Amino acid sequence: MSDNKHHADAAQSHEEHLREKHLMLDPLPRGRMNEMVMESMMEKPTWKFWLVFGFLAFVVVYFLFYQWGVLIVKGQGEAGVMRPDYWGIFLVNTVFWIGISHAGTFISAILRVFKAEFRRPFTRAAELMTTFGLVQAGFSIFMHMGRVWVFYWLLPYPNQRMLWPNLHSPLTWDLLAITTYLLSSTMYLFLPLIPDVAMARDRSTGWRKNIYKVLALGFRGTEGEWTHLRAAMNIFAFAISPVMFSVHTIVSWDFAAATRPGWSSTIFGPYFIVGALHSGMGAAVVVLAVIRGTMKHMDYFVRGEHFDAIGKLMLIISMAWAYFFFNDYMVQWYGGDKWTQQLLHFHEAGPLGWMWFAMLFTNIVLPWAILWNPKWRANPWLVGFVGIAINVGMWFERYIIIPISVTINRMPFTWRMYTPGIEVPMGIGTVALFILLYMAASKLIPLIPVWEVQEGQMAHELKKFGRETVVSVSELE
Amino acid sequence: MIRPEEIKMSTEETGKWGMVIDQDICTGCQACVAACAMENNITFVGEEDAGYGRSMHWIRIERFWEGEYPEVKMTPQQPMLCQQCGHATCEPVCPAFATVHSQAEQLNLQVYNRCVGTRYCANNCPYQVRAFNWRDYQRPEPLPNQFNPDVTVRRMGVMEKCTFCIQRIHKAQDKAKSEGREVMDGEFTTACAQACPANAIVFGRVDNPESLVSQLSHKGHGVKHLEELGTLPNVTYFKGG
Repeated sequence: MSDNKHHADAAQSHEEHLREKHLMLDPLPRGRMNEMVMESMMEKPTWKFWLVFGFLAFVVVYFLFYQWGVLIVKGQGEAGVMRPDYWGIFLVNTVFWIGISHAGTFISAILRVFKAEFRRPFTRAAELMTTFGLVQAGFSIFMHMGRVWVFYWLLPYPNQRMLWPNLHSPLTWDLLAITTYLLSSTMYLFLPLIPDVAMARDRSTGWRKNIYKVLALGFRGTEGEWTHLRAAMNIFAFAISPVMFSVHTIVSWDFAAATRPGWSSTIFGPYFIVGALHSGMGAAVVVLAVIRGTMKHMDYFVRGEHFDAIGKLMLIISMAWAYFFFNDYMVQWYGGDKWTQQLLHFHEAGPLGWMWFAMLFTNIVLPWAILWNPKWRANPWLVGFVGIAINVGMWFERYIIIPISVTINRMPFTWRMYTPGIEVPMGIGTVALFILLYMAASKLIPLIPVWEVQEGQMAHELKKFGRETVVSVSELE
Repeated sequence: MIRPEEIKMSTEETGKWGMVIDQDICTGCQACVAACAMENNITFVGEEDAGYGRSMHWIRIERFWEGEYPEVKMTPQQPMLCQQCGHATCEPVCPAFATVHSQAEQLNLQVYNRCVGTRYCANNCPYQVRAFNWRDYQRPEPLPNQFNPDVTVRRMGVMEKCTFCIQRIHKAQDKAKSEGREVMDGEFTTACAQACPANAIVFGRVDNPESLVSQLSHKGHGVKHLEELGTLPNVTYFKGG
């Protein structure tokens, strides 16, 4: 008898443990979840929020927009670029932000296609990163242009002189790819948002209600509306994944298609994509840790299991990145070109060799040392710390690929080290704008896709087979 | 409209205008650099920017040393200018068609007022001979009085480069046309060649086997820089001849 009771207790506690751990097994009524998400969004901002918000707004206005004005009036000479470093931190930041934007699509499209259940509560948080990251990438690339006021010459618009952009140029491919990605990812952000804004519309008053009314497009949740919405989301989820892969491949071709030692590398496409996912996942955990730590009720939606799951992804991506890094390095070294040899030695033994080693430490050593442990992986702040470190490392990687690599070319007479100028405050300005947009969004749109969470919770149940409690999932979609 | 099959990857000499530079008789006096700046309205960037690698020259004299101190030996001076590649790496990468190949003169041209300043062409030039207008540099009086009226004055944010003094080419062609004849070899030359006191620079038609420049360039010890990249440069260098 006592033995049976012991088993029953164990089963009970096992079940409780599962519920505590997994959001999908710990369902709340839809009404309660709606309430929680609304409360987290409508919560009156504290003075700390306004302090950070005001500080970031100042940084954006002064460092980003005012300095940009200075740059436009006085010319690119304000930045650190010169011969042979014609490309500098502006392009480092462009690649960096496009990299960050990749995690959003990876989480919300690819994980949705593969039905990875852990994605459910944070697809929106990730998608927002995509859109806001691309805004910064766009800003960064326009800062780089010598005559930004004629940027529209890069667009294929009809004009009397019959002048079109040059489709041979990787920069034209780049512009088309990034524009496509920005438009499609914004639409893909909007589609799953419709049911949640409709929910918010029904639970708010005043100016908010008016905004949500417009955004919800009259969504009431009828069967027909859901069918259409699901079809649209499915199409987008499948269609946007190749767009995501193509964008960073094309960004890598800006370098790989050039005639420069260190850049003419055929592996650059996949290498850049894995690098983008590496920094993107890192940024995603930082965002999730901050959301969980600062917003009301978020510890219900975002749990240790989610950090654990993304932590595993980060570990695998880190391994893939290490493979591509060493592949790129080895193959270029084995090529035996004398300029490339010079360049590779300059990477690790040059004046900025510390950056090369720091990159290897934060991109490989640190994730491998921390993320193998399931307990550590479930700790939001620890994983968030690794995420920040990876992002620093990935920024270093782009810095090594762009300004450090172009220092070495085939004309040794022109070799010269790059010293950044106005790029630094303007780069900080893009970071501030990213955080600022995110803070504003957290107060204006529901960060948690409630319908997606509820859908997952309805699909999951705990079944009992004899004394065994197992998790079962039914197919909803 | 050019169809793909019409595009030829030629390895033959395609140029029209070319140059021969004899490094053995170059004294490194920089007269070509000064003459080029005068002829082509090239701006002066000032001490600070010049010290930071932003000096603007369409031709520069490169100096190298061989060996370790104290056993150093200076190698011949190397004047470096746009090689007017037949298959130029700067041309395909411009997103705005601001750097184009002249079909008539077989030169690489820079369309200043079409340039948007991405600097991709300069990045992709293996010879690093393009100059970017990093700022609107000041030209104090009376410097504006010596502008060459045949050459555009460039503003901030555009790329520029050696044109083989295309304004002189056109002037000579116009004169020859009005006199009903062809341009003769040696009738005119570029500013750098004209200014060279040692006659180390020879300019002319490389597609005319009779011209001095093509006869010189076919002498045995002429080399073309970074020819292995397939850029088909039109400048031949003599060293240790």
